[in-house]
Amino acid sequence: MTATDMMTQPTLTTDAIQGQKLAILGLSAFYGDFLALSEISLSIEPRAITAFIGPSGCGKSTLLRTINRMHEVTPGASVAGSIRLDGTDLYDTRIDPVSVRRRIGMVFQRPNPFPTMSIKENVMAGIKLQHRHLAKSDAEDLVELSLRAANLWDSVKDRLNKPGASLSGGQQQRLCIARVIAVEPDVILMDEPCSALDPISTAAIEDLMLNLRRDYTVVIVTHNMQQAARVSDKTAFFTVEATGEPGRLVEYDNTATIFSNPSMKATEDYVAGRFG
Amino acid sequence: MSTTDFVYTVGTRRKVVNTIAAVAITAFFAIAIVPLVSLLWTVISRGVARFDTTFFTYSMRGVVGDGGGAIHAITGTALITLAAVVISVPIGLGTAVYLTEYGRGPIPQLIRFLTDVMTGIPSIVAGLFAYALIVIFVGPGARAGVAGAIALSLLMIPVVIKSSEEMLRLVPEDLREASIALGAPKYKTVTSIVLPTAMSGIVAGVMLGVCRIIGETAPLLLVAGFTDSMNRNLFEGRMATLPVYIYSQWQNKGANQAAYDNRAWTAALVLILLVLIFNIASRVVAHYLSPKTSQSH
Repeated sequence: MTATDMMTQPTLTTDAIQGQKLAILGLSAFYGDFLALSEISLSIEPRAITAFIGPSGCGKSTLLRTINRMHEVTPGASVAGSIRLDGTDLYDTRIDPVSVRRRIGMVFQRPNPFPTMSIKENVMAGIKLQHRHLAKSDAEDLVELSLRAANLWDSVKDRLNKPGASLSGGQQQRLCIARVIAVEPDVILMDEPCSALDPISTAAIEDLMLNLRRDYTVVIVTHNMQQAARVSDKTAFFTVEATGEPGRLVEYDNTATIFSNPSMKATEDYVAGRFG
Repeated sequence: MSTTDFVYTVGTRRKVVNTIAAVAITAFFAIAIVPLVSLLWTVISRGVARFDTTFFTYSMRGVVGDGGGAIHAITGTALITLAAVVISVPIGLGTAVYLTEYGRGPIPQLIRFLTDVMTGIPSIVAGLFAYALIVIFVGPGARAGVAGAIALSLLMIPVVIKSSEEMLRLVPEDLREASIALGAPKYKTVTSIVLPTAMSGIVAGVMLGVCRIIGETAPLLLVAGFTDSMNRNLFEGRMATLPVYIYSQWQNKGANQAAYDNRAWTAALVLILLVLIFNIASRVVAHYLSPKTSQSH
């Protein structure tokens, strides 16, 4: 697949999304000279939720950001190794990182709707930012579809022209998810999407994740082990020996196995709350 | 724990110190406000005499005593200031975008240092720079409104850079990341997300720059010169401006001195009103452009 092919977008209704397998192969991530992650390899299941858990500083967020090439946006940050989406190396020098981000969407820790835009404009922001144009009726359909997919349509359908920032924190985060859905990615990355939210909003987002799993490959980073246990199909546990050491992958398995019968002592200690 | 742990009356000493401090602070404020009130009162009371339609419709062409007006100077100030804005905003805003969004390494530091130096340039030096420019391109002794605009933009550019850079820095990094993660190219992130978010502050900064240059006299005296007639062409001939008008009315009084003094005061009043209008306009514009966060919008 060439870079040009990467630009073409699958439509939301077709099954083009199916079977996008994401494989991380011997990936190391650096901030300047500092090695933040060492030789990570794992294969992420399509149409499933994979959770990255581990103590602070273990590099789980860094790993997430390498998947859509957001890591290199940080000045001085670099990557070695490769990540393959459906066999294509995302770090192939011929591939435009912008096209990778169009296929792999991201939801951030703090809800960050664009403050100058209305709810509707926020949903359409990705389309506009990617220089794509839709007919007015298509745009309205896409707004409704995306907001429905983010479980937000019913609460905002009467005030689509209100500013995105007028919503509550949890609604803003769902708006950000709708914004990602609108650009029809294959993979959705979520970096601690509930850590700034109250328990009720968190529950709403978790419900939403379980719905998203039907159409998307979802990868979440979470500090909340109960959340990982509740929503994810697969869990990867990362740890770091000491500050300044690189983070490494300890164990990667089905979530049920990680939480009930992990093969590594460190995993067992962590999920039992004995450290971290 | 007994109730004696609480103190029911504030100590006398603290009361006294508090009163002294409050009185002192109010007094300092009063002292600070005296020159402002005095200036406003003098300008208004003396400027109101000629604040009439003649002043806003006539130039000074052929006027030697009473009558006459400053429409040529008002037009000149408007044109030269507008031209200075047209020159300064692209350069200043472009520099600020470079500093916040693109600059890496030592170059941004160098630019910031030079901007600070530029802020301190005496306005007469800016005027001499513009004069040197027209000497090169037109010849010695030439005067043109656009040269005045160039001199003023030299003073305005650092103001625009500084204020725009501050405003761009206030745009949360989260928004840039959100845009990049949505597959936006960098320039699109800057033009569609960063600039609109900072726009109200940038506009306010530009207005501040306008207020900084609108009253400049020295460089305009040097390169735009003075004339009693209307000149709407920025690229040819002398062009009157309000500050230079004030200066020349006061400096070159005819037989009827009061007529010249009155015109100078009225021109000063008009200049102050322009600055006031710009300040209010910048607030209004900033309000309409600012990111909407509350439910009330």
